[in-house]
Amino acid sequence: MANKKNLILTILLLIGCFALAWYVNFETDSYIRRVVNLCMVYAIIGLSMNLTNGFTGQFSLGQAGFMAIGAYVVGIFTVPVALRPAVFYAAPMNPLIADIYMPLWLALIVGGLLAALVAFLIGTPVLRLRGDYLAVATLGFSEIIRIVITNAQTITNGALGIKDIPPLNDVRYIFVFTAVIFIFITALINSSYGRAFKAIREDEIAAEAMGIDLFKHKCLAFMISAFFAGIGGGLYGALLGTVDPKNFLFTLTYNFLLIIVLGGMGSITGSMIGAVLVTAGLEFLRVFDEPLDLFGMAIPLFRPGFRMVIFSVLLMVLVLFWRHGIMGTREFTWDKFIAFCKNPFGFFGRKGARKA
Amino acid sequence: MTILRTDGITMRFGGVVAVNNLQIEINEHEIVALIGPNGAGKTTAFNMITGVYTPTSGNVIYTDAAGNDVQITGKKPSAIAKLGIARTFQNIRLFKELSVYENVMIAKHLHLKSDFMSAALHLPHYNAEQRQAEAEVEELLKKVNLWDLREEKAFSLPYGQQRHLEIVRALATKPKLLLLDEPAAGMNPKETDELTEFISQIRDEYNLTIFMIEHHMDLVMGISDRIYVLDFGQTIASGTPLEIQNNERVIAAYLGVEEDA
Repeated sequence: MANKKNLILTILLLIGCFALAWYVNFETDSYIRRVVNLCMVYAIIGLSMNLTNGFTGQFSLGQAGFMAIGAYVVGIFTVPVALRPAVFYAAPMNPLIADIYMPLWLALIVGGLLAALVAFLIGTPVLRLRGDYLAVATLGFSEIIRIVITNAQTITNGALGIKDIPPLNDVRYIFVFTAVIFIFITALINSSYGRAFKAIREDEIAAEAMGIDLFKHKCLAFMISAFFAGIGGGLYGALLGTVDPKNFLFTLTYNFLLIIVLGGMGSITGSMIGAVLVTAGLEFLRVFDEPLDLFGMAIPLFRPGFRMVIFSVLLMVLVLFWRHGIMGTREFTWDKFIAFCKNPFGFFGRKGARKA
Repeated sequence: MTILRTDGITMRFGGVVAVNNLQIEINEHEIVALIGPNGAGKTTAFNMITGVYTPTSGNVIYTDAAGNDVQITGKKPSAIAKLGIARTFQNIRLFKELSVYENVMIAKHLHLKSDFMSAALHLPHYNAEQRQAEAEVEELLKKVNLWDLREEKAFSLPYGQQRHLEIVRALATKPKLLLLDEPAAGMNPKETDELTEFISQIRDEYNLTIFMIEHHMDLVMGISDRIYVLDFGQTIASGTPLEIQNNERVIAAYLGVEEDA
């Protein structure tokens, strides 16, 4: 009975969000639309990164590389064939792919699959490593992907990047992708495979003794993560309307690392919250970039770039005092939410009391 | 009938011979203990049987459910677990941050027949499999009085219950052979008695063969059918509890020998 109530509430929430997406799409200006779109794309990539880093406990920093693959597949195949000679003006496009056109949804899926394939190839040697070594190796591979893209001039237009991607600015379109990916990852984590992933995070030796094939499961998590990072990267490219190798520097990965650490490593709802906070939060802090006059005096600190200082301080405070992020490994549940609404002040105390 | 046989397994770490030419034979439905002073190589022997280490030389042969002899030397621990050998660890290795219930459910993963996509999408045949697994886990947890604590995180349990949870988690893989590495370590005499009772009970109920490392002599002498004694990697004695108690080399290994004796 309780399950049915929660399911109905979740469906209502999704419908509510979709209605909101509809509203944002038609009733707000392009700036708000852009922030909302970026929030959702970052949420997708944050979720994908949380699958390897948060749930499976494998510290991978290759997300930017997988995003680049997805974004470039979208870039290469969704530019209208007629516009291609103008885009590839330095060196003509390879004739094998010059006439292939795909609609965006197909290009996204192809990009995801290609990213998953690359993840499989990388994963075979790399997933034998642990901890910091894995992080360094995945970081290296992500840079290799970027450099290969930069040098494959006739396919990717090299350092010039691909322009004239039909711009995607439909909030509903991105929302549907985000919702489907969110539901899929939630269902996956709550399945037997999700539990196996968590077991690997908790104790590899014990997981192996319980019959969980470490390599197979790590590789699986890595590939699914790359698949969704590819889709997220494709949406990112379509959102920007242009892809360029410099967009996918390894520093991009740290945005998502930030999102999952902030939201909570190993929490799906945490990643969503983290994505919104980081993306929208950075926008709200823009007031600090504007010059400020107080009582006729110009406050000297308020200049472009100051919001990053504020943001960094906020982050440090959060990491120092709230080490497990906002959600930790917990998830948002309706039961807790209802308990919170009924008694907002007693909520945190009551939980502590139960533990003791 | 033999269920596990080690054919002269030796483990060398550099120049150190941790286990030398170990010959063990365990018959079905037996409780066999492996004892010996600290550093004798007992846990190394366990690790070779469960695939954590590959023996430097020698073979481990296991008789599977169908009655075939299988060479399990150097197989992956996960593959060995699938064949029906489960184990616990000397220093408890639970999935600490996960709930008691999840800990045991994880052990059911190796029997999952549904492929990855049907599990992720919760298709009907996957759900049916899960309901079956859930029922078995519920039964196991009720047996050790952990059902009411199923939502608690594993690390928050008292020590004795963590030990029980680890054994139950191993049982959930439906093993034929259960390896217990010091199950009574850190337990008081009362808890040890309860554990002794519990071990012989699960042996009969699940038709298990049990191979255990243990230091508590009450437990070892109380329920073992046979005992192997290891010292400095060598098997110095084997036999029934009574034989072991009166074996001079065993007494010497445990108590030391006087210089002029």
